[in-house]
This record gives sequence, C-alpha cells and structure tokens, in this order.
Amino acid sequence: MKCYTPVIYKGLSPCKPNAIKSAVLQSEQVQYVIKQLAKEMGESPDIIQEEAMEILDEMGHRMQLGAVRFFAFTLSKIFKQLFQRVCVNEEGMQRLQHAIQEHPVVLLPSHRSYVDFLMLSYLLYTYDLALPVIAAGIDFLGMKIVGELLRRAGAFFMRRSFGGNRLYWAVFAEYVKTMLRSGYAPIEFFLEGTRSRTAKTLTPKFGLLSIVMEPFFKREVFDTYLVPISISYERILEESLYAYELLGVPKPKESTSGLLKARRILSDNFGTIHIYVGQPVSLRTLASGRISRCPYNLVPRHLPQKPSEDIQEFVSDVAYKMELLQIENMVLSPWVLVAAVLLQNLPAMEFELLIEKTLWLKGLTQTFGGFIEWPDNLCAKKAVLSGLTLHSNIAGLVDGHVVLNDKGVEDGAVGEIVFRHALAVLMCATYRNQLLNVFVRPALVAVALQMAPSFRKEEVYSCFNFLRDVFSDEFIFFPGISLKDFEEGCFLLTKCDAIQTSQQEIYPTDKGSGTVSFLSAMFRPFVEGYQLIFRYLSKEMKEAFTEKQFIPAVRNFVFQLLEKGSTQCYEALSSDMQKNALSALVQLGAVKKKKTPNGFTYNVNQEAVGKILDMFDARIPVQKPVAARL
Amino acid sequence: GARLWQELLKWNGWGYNDSKFIFNKKGQAEFTGKRYRLGGMVLPTFKEWIEKTFGASLEHKTTSRASLNVNDVPPPIVNEEFLQDLRATKISYSQDAEDRVFRAHGHCLHEIFVLREGMFKRIPDIVVWPVCHEDVVKIVELACKHNLCIIPFGGGTSVSSALECPEEEKRMIISLDTSQMNRILWIDEKNLTACVEAGIVGQDLEKQLAESGFCTGHEPDSMEFSSLGGWVATRASGMKKNIYGNIEDLVIHIKMVTPRGIVEKNCQVPRMSTGPDIHHFIMGSEGTLGVVTEVTIKIRPVPEYQKYGSVVFPNFERGVACLREVAKQRCAPASIRLVDNAQFQFGHALKPQVASIFTSFLDGLKKFYITKFKGFDPNILCVATLLFEGDREKVLQHEKQVYDIATKFGGLAAGEDNGQRGYMLTFVIAYLRDLGLDYYVIGESFETSVPWDRVLDLCRNVKERIVRECKEKGVQFAPLSTCRVTQTYDAGACVYFYFAFNYRGISDPIHVYEQIERAAREEILANGGSLSHHHGVGKLRKRWMKESISDVGLGMLRSVKEYVDPNNIFGNKNLL
Repeated sequence: MKCYTPVIYKGLSPCKPNAIKSAVLQSEQVQYVIKQLAKEMGESPDIIQEEAMEILDEMGHRMQLGAVRFFAFTLSKIFKQLFQRVCVNEEGMQRLQHAIQEHPVVLLPSHRSYVDFLMLSYLLYTYDLALPVIAAGIDFLGMKIVGELLRRAGAFFMRRSFGGNRLYWAVFAEYVKTMLRSGYAPIEFFLEGTRSRTAKTLTPKFGLLSIVMEPFFKREVFDTYLVPISISYERILEESLYAYELLGVPKPKESTSGLLKARRILSDNFGTIHIYVGQPVSLRTLASGRISRCPYNLVPRHLPQKPSEDIQEFVSDVAYKMELLQIENMVLSPWVLVAAVLLQNLPAMEFELLIEKTLWLKGLTQTFGGFIEWPDNLCAKKAVLSGLTLHSNIAGLVDGHVVLNDKGVEDGAVGEIVFRHALAVLMCATYRNQLLNVFVRPALVAVALQMAPSFRKEEVYSCFNFLRDVFSDEFIFFPGISLKDFEEGCFLLTKCDAIQTSQQEIYPTDKGSGTVSFLSAMFRPFVEGYQLIFRYLSKEMKEAFTEKQFIPAVRNFVFQLLEKGSTQCYEALSSDMQKNALSALVQLGAVKKKKTPNGFTYNVNQEAVGKILDMFDARIPVQKPVAARL
Repeated sequence: GARLWQELLKWNGWGYNDSKFIFNKKGQAEFTGKRYRLGGMVLPTFKEWIEKTFGASLEHKTTSRASLNVNDVPPPIVNEEFLQDLRATKISYSQDAEDRVFRAHGHCLHEIFVLREGMFKRIPDIVVWPVCHEDVVKIVELACKHNLCIIPFGGGTSVSSALECPEEEKRMIISLDTSQMNRILWIDEKNLTACVEAGIVGQDLEKQLAESGFCTGHEPDSMEFSSLGGWVATRASGMKKNIYGNIEDLVIHIKMVTPRGIVEKNCQVPRMSTGPDIHHFIMGSEGTLGVVTEVTIKIRPVPEYQKYGSVVFPNFERGVACLREVAKQRCAPASIRLVDNAQFQFGHALKPQVASIFTSFLDGLKKFYITKFKGFDPNILCVATLLFEGDREKVLQHEKQVYDIATKFGGLAAGEDNGQRGYMLTFVIAYLRDLGLDYYVIGESFETSVPWDRVLDLCRNVKERIVRECKEKGVQFAPLSTCRVTQTYDAGACVYFYFAFNYRGISDPIHVYEQIERAAREEILANGGSLSHHHGVGKLRKRWMKESISDVGLGMLRSVKEYVDPNNIFGNKNLL
C-alpha cells in the first residue's frame, strides 16, 4: 500500500475532524449568532446550539485515511478504464507543494464535470499532498454510500441556497474559516458554483470566495494563496446529459443507482484529461493598497460584519481574475478547433477542407494565446481523424464529408428531427465554446466591425461596448475595463493581420476579411440567439413571469421557428443562453426583477427591449465622452 | 556641568564612552566599563550567536570615523541682533560645531549612520543652556522678537527623528538644552508630590529622591539619559507602570513656556473637571508648542522589597494567554514581560562566563529538566520576566498568585537570576547596535499597542512581514525579527519589536532599512495596532497621523498649534 505522508502547513498542529467541529461550535462567531438568535426567537440557546450541531454533522467532512485509500484505489481503476491519459503540469504541482507549506491554500478549479474534484483529490493524493476539503453541493447526500465515502474522502457539503438562514451561514462560514486558519487542509471550491453545461466559464459566485478571504482581511492569517486550476477534458463524461438538460429534458437526480447505470459509460473512451495547476496567487499581493483597514480595526473580529463596498468590489475583481487565469491556462484539444469549423459548415463539410481550416484555426488560436495540445509531429489529418474517432457520437465521416451525427444519440427514443439536430449541435457547441473564452475579445471587435455603420473607431467601440454589456453573463469580462478589452481585441486582430487601424478608423484588411467573417460567424449563434429571445420577450411577455414559465415558453417559440425553417439558430434552444439573455436584460435595466414569496418574478419593459434590439441593427447613438478617450 | 556630561557620552553611538561591546584578543565578546553588572564580563557564546543569526563574520568590519570632522559641519546661520540680546541675558551658549552636532540628532539608525559616515544637512546654529524657568521665558521672548526657531533638547534619546532639524529651515535654529535645569525644587511629603525642573534625567531624579526615601517609579528603558521634560513631551511609559502608572498618571502639574505665554493650572489637585485637560495638549506635543520647564510629579516611598522572577512557557501562545489572564485578574507585578523564542536565545547568548563548575552544572541540570523532562522544545519555548515590588510579605503573596496562574498555562518557574538578567539586558541592549554597526549589522526597535485578541496575530504577521520584505529587498541573510510583550493593560498590551539584518552586499542599507521599517509599520496598522505606544511620532511616523486620528482630529491639534505658536517658533515640524 502506498505510503501517504503529505507535506503540511508550517503552523499546523494536527487535529481530528471532531476537534474541528467542536472548535467551530465553541467559536465566538458561532456562539454570538446562537445567542442573538436565542434572544430574538425567545428560545433557549441550547436548542439552537443543538441545531448548529446538526448543521455541522450534515456538513462536516470525516476525512479518514482508509476511505481515502479505498477511494484512490477504486478511482485509479475507474480512471484507467475511462481515460487514455491524465496530463498534469509538474512544475505546477511543485509550486503547489511549496505553497501548501507556506500559507493556507484555496484551490479554485474550473468545473466541467463531477470528475473534477475526484480527479483533483486523486491527483493530490498521488503527489503526496494534503487532500483538500471540498465544498460540494448537498445534492450529493442523496447518494447514500457514495455521499458518505466522499465525506470520508474529505468533502464537506453546503446547501445550495441558505441565504436567509443566519445560523447555517454562521456555522458554514466558521467551519471553512477554521479549516483555513488552522491550515488543516487546502480548501477547494468552484468559483462557477456549478458544473458549466456549455464548457463556457460561468460568471463567478462570490459567497465562498469572500468567506475564504476574510481571515486575511482580519489578519488572522498572514496571507492566503489562491490557486486557479484548469481542468479540461478531451471528451466530457456528461456531454450528452448536459445537452438533454439544456434542451429541458429533466436531469436525473444524483443517486447511487444513477451512478451504477453510469457504468455503461465505463466501456466508452473519454480521451485525455489535462490539468493545469496555475501559479498560486498571493491574496496579500492582490489586496496591497486596495483595502482600507479601518473597518476591521474598529469592530471585534468575531462579530458578523457586512463587507464594505470596496471589499465587495475587491472580491468580485479577484473572482473574475481567477476565472480569467483558469481560461488562460485551459488546454484545448484539436477537436475543439474541428468543432468550431464544423459548426460553421453544416450540414456537411468536405473532409480535406475541414483539415485545412482546422490547421488555419490552430494558427489563429495560438496567435490569440490559446493553449493547444498539438504535438509537433502530429499531422493535421491524424489530429482531425482521432478527434472524429473519439467523438463519433457527435460527428462522422460519410463519403469524404464530415457530417453531424444526429441519428439519435441514445437509442433514438426521441423522434423529432429538430430535437435530434439540436442535441448534436449543442454537444458540438460544447467543444467550440472552449475556444470562445479565448476568442471573445477579438471576435467581438470583429462582430462590432460588421455591425457598425462605419469604420470610425468610436462607432466600432460603441458596438463593442454594447456587445460586451449584452454578453456580460455569457462570457467572462473583467469588470469595468471595456476600453482595455477593446484595445486587446484590436491588438490581437492587428497581430494576425486581420485589421488595420488609423488615427480615426478601424477596418478589415483585404487579407483579413476571412478572419473577421470567421470570427463573427463563430459568435453569430449568440448574436442571433439573443435577438430571438429578446424579440420573444418584447412581443409575448406582457405580464409578470417567473423563470420557470419563461424557459419552456421561449423554448417553444424558438422550436416553432426552427420547425418553420425561419431560423437556423439551434443554440437559442439552450436554457443556458435563455437565462443569460434574461439576466443581461435585467442588468441593462430593460427587465425588472422582483423578489416575491415564491421566488423571483420578471417584468419586461417592452420599449427598452425594443431599443436594445434596435442596437443590434446598429442604430446606436455613439456616446461621445467615452469615444473621446480612444 | 553641561560639557562634562557631554564628554562622558559617545558622540556617534549610544550611552557612555567607557561602556561598549567589543571582541577581545581571544575573539570573545566582552562588555567594557564598570557601570553595568555585565561590565568586564566575557560572553563566551555571543560570537557564535551573532555569526549564526546574522551570517556576520569578524573579518568583515566597517569602522566609524574616529572623531567629528569640524570642516564638514554646515556653517551656522547667525542673527547678530539676537546674539547681542542673548549676551545681555547672561545665559550661557555655544556656537561650537561639536556642541551643535551633538544636539542635531536622536538615536534613530539613520541618525547614527550619518554620524559615523556622513553629515547632517541642517543642524542647530546655536546651543543655549538656560538654568531656570525665567531663562527659558527670556529665550522664547527673544526668539519671538527676532523670529527664530527653537528646538527643545532634553536627553537626546529620541527615536522618532524628532530632534532632526528641518532642512528647509532658513531661520537661525536655537537648540534649547534643558540639562542645566535639573533641580528638585521641593518635595511635599504630605501630598507625596515633588516639583522638579524639567531637564533632570531619570537616574538623577531617582537618586536624589532616594536620598529622601522616595522615588517616582518611572523607569523607561532610557532612564539613564532621558529627561523629565522629554517624558512629558513624548507621553513616555515606564517599565513599572503597573504600580506607578505612565507619565500621564504621574503628572500633577506642568508649567510650559510658549510663544503665547506661560501655560499652567491654578492648583495641584489629583483630578479636575474643567473641560478637556490642558495637560493632554502638552503631553505628546513633542516640542511643537513650547518648552516644559517645571513638573510636579507624584512620588512614592522607596519600596521595602524587590524580587525578580521568571517563567518558561512551552510556546509564545501560552505565554500571551498567561499574560492576558494576569491582566484580567489585575494582578500584574510591577513589571511583566514576555520574550519570544528568538529573544530568549538572544538573551542566552549574552550569558556571561560562569564562575564555577557548580553553577554550570546547575545550569545543565535546569536545561535538562525543562527540555528533556518537561518536553519543552528549546526552539519554541519562551520566557516571561517578572519584577515584584512592595512589602516583603505582600510581594511573596503576589508572587505566589502570579506563579499559580502561570502554572495553569503550562509555565514553569525559571528562577530569579534569569529574571534579573532579562531586566539588566534592557539597559545594555542599546549598546549592541553600535557593535552590530561595526560588523555590517544594522537594527532598530519599534513598538506598538494592540488589543489582547490581536496580539498573537500581530506579532506573527509583523515578524513574517519583516522577513519577507528583507528577502524582497535583496537582503542576503535572514534577518533577526523578534518581539516581546512588554506591558499589559486591561484592554490590550504593548509589543516591542527588534529587527536587525546583515547588510553586506547592499549598496544603500539605510534606505532598504527604512523601507522595511515602513512596511512593518503598515503591517502593524493593518493588524489593528497603534502608530506608537510610547516612542511618539516625531517626523518618522508623521505620514500615518491622519489615518491614526482622523482628519478632524488632526485639525484639532493644528488649531491648538496655530493659536499657541502662530509663527512656528517651535519649528521642529514634529507630529503635524
């Protein structure tokens, strides 16, 4: 049996999970909230203490080495079945090993699959590093045996939503902070909050991040390392599940029997996993000069304190920064390029042309800083072929042409042509999407170039700025630096000779018009999809509605259009895009979101949505003051 | 008298000329002179400690220039009319270069460095020695009449750049040396107060009061050289404040000469409710408002019995918890201090050669008991030193109470000797910097006050910050970064840091040093510590004043300055 002796944080005095639980329960923070609640509710503190204990039991991990070993053993068997290779950047692991001994460490992996945290724990175990405690959604608890095993392997659980429950929040926050302060183990959670069904990075959630940052703000620790980790899959285990889910076919609840059924996929091949452990980022360095220290000096540190505005802004900036780092280090497989090309050439594409285009896109991606796994000696044909083999469920080679495989992904149970095609498109899009994270800045400049009534810089920027606002939930943009993003996009386009800029103008070069149209075609599904959804909202949704009503209704609307053949935008069927579009309107002030006892309801301001639709047709009033800065 | 005192003291370092650390012919460290208990003793393990701690070597030596080069000294600005008026008053004065340079600085590292290797850009133009309150009134009147700048000078032990002359000052700068105002004017045994001239230095005050069987009990670490007026001007704190109080608790009445006139109260009472206490405008004013000339101070009968003590704790955390409990029970001895492990080892390195085999055997046994039998890790443990004072019986009772608390926190009594050596070190430690400077090691101390619940975090973070900053700034050897908790209060503690490093390979060590010290102060403030507990602000820490006391607070102080001294006669530019 492997001898497992992980390096530990320098100040650590080892303690049992139970000791941590009682430390949390007895902490001033939790006791304070217990007393407060007791007073408010007129209950005895003992009863509330009891409740806190239950929360802790439900939540807490029970890491046991035996379970970890068992898990590692089983996982290694399963992983070997499923995946061809797992590639890790060695120097990243070494940096991590170093960081763990120095300061408390927070691991921030991207989230594309349930495999993420299993793989990460397994990896740390293999490298003899302290196993992380993981904040996982409580749905897992439904899986009886696996849930318990996960718990023993170090996972702890949080309820998906506990906004109103002060006791839960206090206990949870203190639990996380206690583990962080003591350096007991690295904390791991997903900034995205949930698995991205589309392989696009989801906009970050701030709650957990602000909890793990607090000990540093209060100087209970000298520093905290945030480690962005990018995990990419050549083929995502849940790919078809996601596609069904996006199309509104209900997701099976996580259950042990569900997992057992998943055994069928064990016979399948899921290619390579790439894990890139990023450079640990020092929170202290990030915060240097940004945080006023006063608020934390004038209140006892155990009192719950609402973070000040500059703290909230800082937390949000850090979250975006970390996600952008995840994106930067995400390894892209050649198949991602194939998918991007293929989606622009449906229904069928000549094989040789596909190879040629893929190779061209490889060059472009590298110019844009994309991180492609493409061995030097691998010829393009082989790369494309091996992609097609691995993803034979999505596309295939028929008579020298590559076509989408929309003959029914699973047993052909769902008969309708549109639905089948949509499934194939969405699955394929999941791979193209990995490219979008990297391409979004130059591509939106390209889209803006085609949208703008002229090539005048301020008009192009104005369009870009509009697109960036509209897609703020769709793609990851660092808050408040629209101009910088624009400049970066222009710079990258100039670098690949796609555009030229003069004092006043930005225009595509003759040579570059192909690039520009490719880029804008790449993002066309979003531009068109949003327009469809906006049109629906401005025409049909006259009364207040909930998200639950909105999604099926808009899906129906798009579905009918597809059936009639009046649109080809299958991606507008994606509930992910529909939600993002709605939330964009909320942020733009065209839809009012109201909290009611039954959740949120939405009210459309038809006129405002109409105006936004006009903007897509480039009837955009140029904002002078911003333009002046260009 | 003035010259005599000045001649006893080093011109380019700390303390008496005859007292210093040297390496003798055998290469062993030794402390010279007969003034201190350590005098004439050989310190066998010190060399090894200094080599190990700093990576310093006896072969790499720097030397200060041997004496002041009078030609380097900036020529004085002279206002002839003032000189004429001054001569008429018969107050003694000097324009001699050495006298002027001696009063151009305190004891910050950069000041000593300048003395050893460079020259100040601006120094006082004249030194005056008033002998009484009336002399001071005359000098201040003349300075106002001729629009000159006065910088009061007491013991010259400032560590806040408070004595440095502002470079841009174009007026003649008068260094007003209070050292000749050093008499005890009267002792009031019924009310237990004494009225003393402000120039008296601490050791003389205690010596003279002792002749009548009294003491003030105010013992700052600099008490051999610092003056009563200086204590008032900087809000000083004494080692035995737990019994006697800090300067603000000790002072009953202050007389100060300002450009507006004399400020004082109409009676000498324990407390009064007459608006904000004007004493609190004076205490901590750092020479920006006027000259303190006479102070009525509380006195106590000399205590019957004194006893030192020490406790070893398994680690610093337990030690702090014990001090907190002692403070909570309000049973702190006259002094209680907790040094961290690095300082414990430092103290150990200063242990003199023991006279007999028997004592060395006993030492070995003690070490065995603590480390092997009790399982204390010599690289983690820390030590508290104690000083009890009062009736013999009460002291013994008190002692038991404190040791009982210590036991609860895993503390082991470690003997009187260790305690006493700890306190003796306080006085000689200042001499060490001069030795360090000879071997490329520069260092300084700084302090803060902090609420109890943040003591540990602050100590850890500040020490860590220093280590990191050193690394970042290219310091080749790990620094000495160590702290002690030196005072306990109901609501918090005073923490004292020592920081030193070997600067070989760095071209501008003072600049690097200052950057690191500044970072350390930032760290203190971020950890909820104060800008200063007792060293004061001077010019060194001015940049943080606004953050420390708010805009309005600063404005309040400024408006007092504007009223009292509209022409900025007291122009040392401290504090505001």
